[in-house]
Amino acid sequence: MADNNGQVRRMVLVGRDFSYWRRKISSGFFTALFSSSIIVVLLPLVLIVGYLFYKGAASVNMNFFLHRPAPVGEAGGGMANAIIGSVYVVGIAALIGIPIGLFGGIFLGEFPHTKFSNVVRFVADVLNGTPSIVMGVFAYTVVVLPMKSFSVLAGGFALGVMMMPTVLRTTDEILQTVPTSIREASLALGVPYWRTVLSVVLRSAKSGIITGILLAGARVLGETAPLLFTSFNNAFFSYSLTQPISTLPVQIFNYAISPYRDWHRQAWAGALVLVLAILIVNLGMRAFSRQKYEHSA
Amino acid sequence: MTATFENTTGIVTEDLKAYFGNVQVLKGINISIPKYKVTAFIGPSGCGKTTFLRTLNRMHELARDARITGRVLVDGTDIYASNVDPVLVRKKIGMVFQKPNPFPTMSIYDNVVAGLKLTGRHKRKELDEVVERTLVQAALWDEVKDSLKKSGASLSGGQQQRLCIARTLAVDPEVILMDEPASALDPVSTAKIEELVFQLKDKYTIVIVTHNMQQAARISDNTAFFYIGELIEFSGTRDMFTRPKKKQTEDYITGRFG
Repeated sequence: MADNNGQVRRMVLVGRDFSYWRRKISSGFFTALFSSSIIVVLLPLVLIVGYLFYKGAASVNMNFFLHRPAPVGEAGGGMANAIIGSVYVVGIAALIGIPIGLFGGIFLGEFPHTKFSNVVRFVADVLNGTPSIVMGVFAYTVVVLPMKSFSVLAGGFALGVMMMPTVLRTTDEILQTVPTSIREASLALGVPYWRTVLSVVLRSAKSGIITGILLAGARVLGETAPLLFTSFNNAFFSYSLTQPISTLPVQIFNYAISPYRDWHRQAWAGALVLVLAILIVNLGMRAFSRQKYEHSA
Repeated sequence: MTATFENTTGIVTEDLKAYFGNVQVLKGINISIPKYKVTAFIGPSGCGKTTFLRTLNRMHELARDARITGRVLVDGTDIYASNVDPVLVRKKIGMVFQKPNPFPTMSIYDNVVAGLKLTGRHKRKELDEVVERTLVQAALWDEVKDSLKKSGASLSGGQQQRLCIARTLAVDPEVILMDEPASALDPVSTAKIEELVFQLKDKYTIVIVTHNMQQAARISDNTAFFYIGELIEFSGTRDMFTRPKKKQTEDYITGRFG
């Protein structure tokens, strides 16, 4: 570019004007705002885990993992039966919640735009937001009352119904992120539709779906309210599907509201173990999904 | 599908109209695409050439609210007849897409034999043979023969597209539809794909959509010019590019619009 005198104009790149300082100041302000929000989000978790370690770590010992609760006043005792019970109940929940959620999710993911799909999605979201205590009452009515007993089955049913919408919606969403081009590539090879869904679409979505399942499992592992009405509690080791069973959250609840110092210690230990278990599932899930990105890179 | 050798005319469409919902994309196409030749479809974006290509192996109907009327005869059989299985149609009429789309979760080897593995049981030795044969055909064998276990997504764009071609060849089609197969590739890869098309036309009927008129001129025997859902002109490629019959064709190939 030449100006009127025919001279070449030079760009001026050095110097700071008013807009520079305005940008700097607002940048600093928003960086501070957003990073302090992060700290506020992280703080509760750090405090909870820290406090659980402080109160509970001393009581987490071999006894805790190997023995059933001791009677009041007696030293020792643990939550072995509650740990087994939690695994048992969540296992039953998984057997109920995963297949139904998975199959329904595949339907939604493959036929995402039908009116029916939208209705199902809405209902699932409402179910997902239903208070867990309502699930407990529901399971009490349809399982405990007819069977005339608290049971593992009833607890698993309550938690399974809670897992269903979570698994359904994550499967649905993950399947919709699988690019159309991958589906078309398979169909254009003369691969039947069902086989395309099974071997191409689901395979591409595998780690996302597993992540959703683990997330749903980790969530119900910590649920207390639905179990109070369903699997109830049991001071002994029990393996019968139709008998009440002890679970970690319910055991923690019972110990925490008791008047005994020994039981309070046990409750802290139980809470620590439960939180750590959920943390480990979440960390494992992260490692799993990271692995996937490395593969596809 | 029984091939009638007297009838060299491979694909014939009769008054083919295609729709997305209420939008009509093709306004009655009549064309006969000869067998064992390369036929290029040219035309400005949105003229319906890709949609038309997708009606030829029943991929069009997979889109939401998509439907067609009219007939598509392949070696005399209407592929939209009620007794025709679309899965078989797609097996016999393969497709290569604009963007290379190898299966991201599969190795190079598995990508090539995906069509076979997902539709039936095959002996390992047979699969090995198919992998080597089709990768050689697709001019990719030398580049990947030592890394068949690696992910198909690890290849460059041009290699991925040749992998997709090998994958299409592996199911032993008779027609190969290519939807701008080189538009996302650099000139070197494009040249390789074009070379490949040239090699393949002895054994396959090839229909290729392209935006690149030089490409159409280089590789095709016949060229069809589409404009807003209509087939304007269809003739020998040389004729079309030297003596276009219609004004619109001339305007397009000389770059006056489109």
